[in-house]
Amino acid sequence: MITALAFYMFAGVLVASATMVIAARNPVHSVLFLILAFFNAAGLFILMGAEFLAMILVIVYVGAVAVLFLFVVMMLDINFAELRQGFQRYLPIGGLVGLVLLVELMLVLGAWVVAPEAAALRQAPTPDAAAMSNTEALGRLLYTRYAYLFQASGMVLLVAMIGAIVLTLRDRPGTRRQSVAVQVARRAEETLEMRKVALGQGIGEEKGVVTHGTPGLRPAEAAKTATEKAEVR
Amino acid sequence: MIPATTFASLNWSLALPEIFLACAAMVLLVFGVTRKADPQREVSWLSVLVLAITAALVLAQGGDKAQAFAGLFVLDGFARFVKLMVLLAAGLGIVMSISYLEHEKLSRFEYPVLILLATLGMMMMVSANDLMSLYLGLELQSLSLYVIAAFARDSERSTEAGLKYFVLGALASGLLLYGASLVYGFAGTTNFAAIADVLTRADAAKPPLGVVFGLVFVAAGLSFKVSAVPFHMWTPDVYEGSPTPVTAFFSVGPKIAAVGLFLRVMAGPFAPMLGQWQQLMVLISIGSMALGAFAAIGQSNIKRLMAYSSIGHMGYALIGLAAGTAEGVHGVLVYMAIYLVMNVGTFACILCMRREGRMVEGIDDLAGLARTDPLMALALAIFMFSMAGIPPLAGFFGKLYVFLAAVKAGMWALAIIGVLASVVGAFYYLRIIKVMYFDADAGAFEPRPAALSAVIAGTGAVTTLFFVWPAPLVVAAQAAAATLFGG
Repeated sequence: MITALAFYMFAGVLVASATMVIAARNPVHSVLFLILAFFNAAGLFILMGAEFLAMILVIVYVGAVAVLFLFVVMMLDINFAELRQGFQRYLPIGGLVGLVLLVELMLVLGAWVVAPEAAALRQAPTPDAAAMSNTEALGRLLYTRYAYLFQASGMVLLVAMIGAIVLTLRDRPGTRRQSVAVQVARRAEETLEMRKVALGQGIGEEKGVVTHGTPGLRPAEAAKTATEKAEVR
Repeated sequence: MIPATTFASLNWSLALPEIFLACAAMVLLVFGVTRKADPQREVSWLSVLVLAITAALVLAQGGDKAQAFAGLFVLDGFARFVKLMVLLAAGLGIVMSISYLEHEKLSRFEYPVLILLATLGMMMMVSANDLMSLYLGLELQSLSLYVIAAFARDSERSTEAGLKYFVLGALASGLLLYGASLVYGFAGTTNFAAIADVLTRADAAKPPLGVVFGLVFVAAGLSFKVSAVPFHMWTPDVYEGSPTPVTAFFSVGPKIAAVGLFLRVMAGPFAPMLGQWQQLMVLISIGSMALGAFAAIGQSNIKRLMAYSSIGHMGYALIGLAAGTAEGVHGVLVYMAIYLVMNVGTFACILCMRREGRMVEGIDDLAGLARTDPLMALALAIFMFSMAGIPPLAGFFGKLYVFLAAVKAGMWALAIIGVLASVVGAFYYLRIIKVMYFDADAGAFEPRPAALSAVIAGTGAVTTLFFVWPAPLVVAAQAAAATLFGG
């Protein structure tokens, strides 16, 4: 009874928030509804006894992906209203095509037949649920029987990373980069100058000008700024 | 309950060439990143070396059909044969691109690395024995190809080609996945042998509608990858927009791998549904041959022309699949091997079309080549005659084997349409020869880079002299085809 209630609550909120993801006008609201949808989906997983998947959904999708979305939406200046104009123009014809496709597929799925041995085959790779927790069961399948697929997915992700770098990373000329070797090889004589300062006198050549130097500027630039200041005076 | 999986029972040594290729690609990536100056040339030659070692590892694996990774991966004579073709295509693709990339200021070491990773994906496709490994191999390959299609990222045409290829490729992947899910829904398994088993026990004359839908979706996804009609729309634009060495690689490597995968899927899990997919293949192959023959006539850009020509060639190759016999598969394998050689040779010639420091792509630009560079004109003429299927050049034998297989399977109409289409297609191949030999000079091209001359000479010699000693290829293809249908 309570399970059924919980199911309908999670499922109801999930569907409602999923609708809001695509219906909300403000993209930030969309992302927030997406997070709500993820949480409710995790609740459904827990009801099914798949606690590991539920936790992964919360950690990976809410913790990483949705927050990343939020950053992207907030930082990129995308005019979503403009993007949606095309959507509304193509909605009637697109909706019609989708409806026809749906009806046709329902005709096919209505006559759906499952091979008599399918149920047994589907169960075959799964370890006995009573014998181990589902985290252990997933690990056993993923790292032994499906190790090949696991590694192959890793290669696909590597290609995605290389692709993103190849297509977008540019070496801009004139940017300053940190060079650890130069920093380490620097000696005190190159940076510091020791002077004896007489009491009551500055170190500037001109009296009254204090060359503190602005932080982050090289000595030559600092000197230049100092002279500019002096000229302003 | 499954039997316990141990490290030894994974049989991982069957995938040794793939494992080596993956590790080598990652090592080369790290090598390239740590270098100060751009190491494109070094990485390219090292990649060719890696491909050669991988090919040696493939050759060293003998033996009968064997499975690894709990049935996800299969190694048989067919897989070995197609893998060797793919490795050859990738090696030639890298060799041809080195000087081009330097000329066009695209010299970046990621290019050969991405080709290595695409090759890895192709090898995984060919060895797939499960819908999941099929999909992952296909995605690894496609993702690498999307990136290299857009490799000239400052060129609008190249970016457009990459984006177009990506969007349509993603759609095709979606179709394929949907089909795979329907098949899984019926059979309850993704393993090829198990699917074939379930389908054999189902009513063969009237298989369930859902599985037929699944089959059609899977075939549509795969047809996209081999660019067969009606899923060919992307081909001319992508071929024209991509940098030329990328086009050269696209027209051979991925096609051979996708045709190999097509053969494996149709002759493997869907073998019991031969009656269903045979009609589909006949339709696709007739459409491709007709479009390849007629649409190429009006082209003035040689890369576009080659795109339509490759669509036509896929039509001829699929005749062998439509025959649905081991003989047909034999024909397809011979056809693809010969297609690889002629196409690489033609693209090596296209890559030599450089005038005043930039590439030219018009067919008119070839005018008078016979007087300015008689050797290259001769080579290109040989390739064109061969593509048109004129004996005794290699291209004739490729067509001969597929047509013979179709006739033996009783598909007279298909074979006759194929012959007619190749007569029409001969028109535009011969037009290029006419432009080279009889039109007024359009000026000389810049001197050919040595690597390209070597590729042209090698492929030209193979195309011309194939008829002298065809036995090694024909026998090897026969053995490979037998393993696919043998069980």
